[in-house]
Amino acid sequence: MTLNASVIQDTLNDQFETAVSDFIQIHDIFTFEVDSDSIAAVVKFLRDDKTMRFNFLTTLCGIHFPDAEKDRQFAVVYHLHNWVDNVRIRIKCYLDGVNPEIDTVSDLFLSANWQERETYDFFGIIFKGHPQLKRILNMDEMTSFPMRKEFPLEDGGRTDKDDRFFGRTTDNVSNTER
Amino acid sequence: MSDLLLPPEIRYAGIIKERQNEDGSELSILNLGPTHPATHGIFQNILLMDGERIIAGEPTVGYIHRAFEKIAENRPFYQVTPLTDRMNYCSAPINNMGWWMTLEKALNIEIPKRVQYLRVIVMELARISDHIICNSVMGVDTGALTGFLYVFQYREKIYEIYEEICGARLTTNMGRIGGFEREWSPLAFEKLNIFLEEFPVIWAEFESLLVRNRIFMDRTINVGAISAERAISYGFTGPNLRAAGVDYDIRAMQPYSSYEDFDFNIPVGKSGDTYDRFCVRNAEVWESISIIKQALAKMPEGPYHANVPDYYLPPKEEVYHSMEALIYHFKIVMGEVPVPVTEVYHPVEGGNGELGFYLMTDGSRTAYRLHFRRPCFIYYQAYPEMVRGQMLSDAIVTLSSMNVIAGELDA
Repeated sequence: MTLNASVIQDTLNDQFETAVSDFIQIHDIFTFEVDSDSIAAVVKFLRDDKTMRFNFLTTLCGIHFPDAEKDRQFAVVYHLHNWVDNVRIRIKCYLDGVNPEIDTVSDLFLSANWQERETYDFFGIIFKGHPQLKRILNMDEMTSFPMRKEFPLEDGGRTDKDDRFFGRTTDNVSNTER
Repeated sequence: MSDLLLPPEIRYAGIIKERQNEDGSELSILNLGPTHPATHGIFQNILLMDGERIIAGEPTVGYIHRAFEKIAENRPFYQVTPLTDRMNYCSAPINNMGWWMTLEKALNIEIPKRVQYLRVIVMELARISDHIICNSVMGVDTGALTGFLYVFQYREKIYEIYEEICGARLTTNMGRIGGFEREWSPLAFEKLNIFLEEFPVIWAEFESLLVRNRIFMDRTINVGAISAERAISYGFTGPNLRAAGVDYDIRAMQPYSSYEDFDFNIPVGKSGDTYDRFCVRNAEVWESISIIKQALAKMPEGPYHANVPDYYLPPKEEVYHSMEALIYHFKIVMGEVPVPVTEVYHPVEGGNGELGFYLMTDGSRTAYRLHFRRPCFIYYQAYPEMVRGQMLSDAIVTLSSMNVIAGELDA
C-alpha cells in the first residue's frame, strides 16, 4: 500500500477523530491541522506507526497571525518526512494569542530541542515539558519576542522612510496611530 | 526550575565540588571561544574538563544573529537573495538557487532545461568549494597545512567562474526569478573547462596526502562519532548523516533542477566519525565533478531565463526606449509583482545538509513568513554529545569536520 494523502487522512481520522482537521494538499506537501493538546500524541503516532513511519522532523517553526481570532493568533508548523516512502507532511497547530502553550516534541525528536528554543525565543511560545526552554539566538536579558508582527524591524523614529507606500507597514500598527 | 536553565558555570560548580580528588586536583571549566582561532567562526563552548578530557559541554550560539527572517518579512522577494548569501557563505550559489526555486514553486513558473542545467553546474561548483574549505581546514586543524595550500587556490578559481557568471565572488546574489541575469560568457565556460582539467589532479594529490596518512587517521578515526539512529533523531542531513551510513540526499530523494538527468553515486560512510565525514566529502567532490561534466556534455540549447515578464527584469536597452519595459522594470524593482496566497517548502542539498525554505505568502509584496531550515543549526546541538569523553584537541577537529558555518547557524 502506497502511503498517499488519503491513507494518511483516513488513518489519522480513525485514530484521533476530531483532533485532526482541515486536510489540504498545498503544492507538493499534504497539510493538516492538529489540536494543540494532541500534538505530542499525533507526532508520536506518526513516528511509530508501522504504515506512517515519519522518521524525520525536518523543521519546526512559529508563525504569528495578530489579526486572527484570539485562539488562533499563533501557529507552530511541523514538517515531517517519511524517508521510506519519501512522503512529506506539514502539521499546523494554532495557539492562543495571549498565552501560547504547546507540548514539546523534543523527547520524540532530539532535533526539536533547539528549534523549540528558537521558536520560544522569537515568538514567546511556551513548549511544556521542554528540558531547557531558554533563549538561544537572542541575548538572555531580552524581554520582547522579535518575530511577533508588532515588533518593529527598525527604530520607529525614522522619518526618512515611509512604508505606507509599499504595502504592509513595518510594525503592523495602523497608519493613523503613528 | 530545571537545572539546565542555570548558566553552565553554576551547574558545573556543583559537579566540581562533588568530584574533588584527595590530592587536591579537581575538574576545571574551560571557555572555548567565542572568538578562538581554532573554532573557525563565532562559537562558544563552555566545557567541563577533567584534565584534557571533556566531561560536559554547553554550546552558546547567536553571536552573529542578524534577524534574516525578520528582515525577509519586510523586503520584496528579490531582496531576500543577498540574505541567503550570508547564511552558508562557503556555498552561496546553492542558497541563491534554492531561494529562486522556492519562489518559482510558489509562483508556478516553468524553468527552461538549459537554466536548470546551468544551475546544476553552479550548485555543484559551490558544493566543491564548500567541501574544499571544510576538508582542507580539517587538515589544518590536525597540523597539516600543506594540503590546504594546495587546494585553496582552486576555491579562488571557482570564485573566478562565479565572477564571470554574476560579477560577485563570495556573496554572489546570483540569478533571478526564472533564470540567470545574463547569458554565461564564453570565458565562463573556458574557465570552467580549465578548472575541470586541472582540479582533479590537485584533488587526487590532496587525497593522497591525508586519506592514508597515519597521523591524520590516528587523529580522526573514532573521534566525534555518532550512530545513524542518533544522527537521524538529531536532524542530521548532508555529508554528516551520510558518514553515519544513511544514504539520504535530496538530489536523489526529491530531485530538483533536473538532477534526475544525471548519473551519480551517493557516497556513504559507516561509523559516523570524523574520518568518515572527511572521506564522504572527498568522494562527493568526485561526484560533483562528474555531474558538472555530464551537464556540460548534455547542455541543451535554449534561453538563459524563463519567459516571465512579470518577474524577470526586461533588458536595459528596452527600459530606456519602451514604455512597457519601463513599467515592468519599475514594478519589479519596487516589488509590486503578482504573488498568489500560498505556502511552499522547498529543500535543496546544501553544502552541509538539507537547506529548506518555508515560505508563506499573503499576496503582498513581502513574505508573510519565511523560515530557513538551516542544516547546521539543527545538527550542531549534537556537538556536546559527540565530544563527551574526548580530548580537547578532538573537539576542535570534530567541530571542523561537522562543517558548522556561523553565518548559517545564527542566520
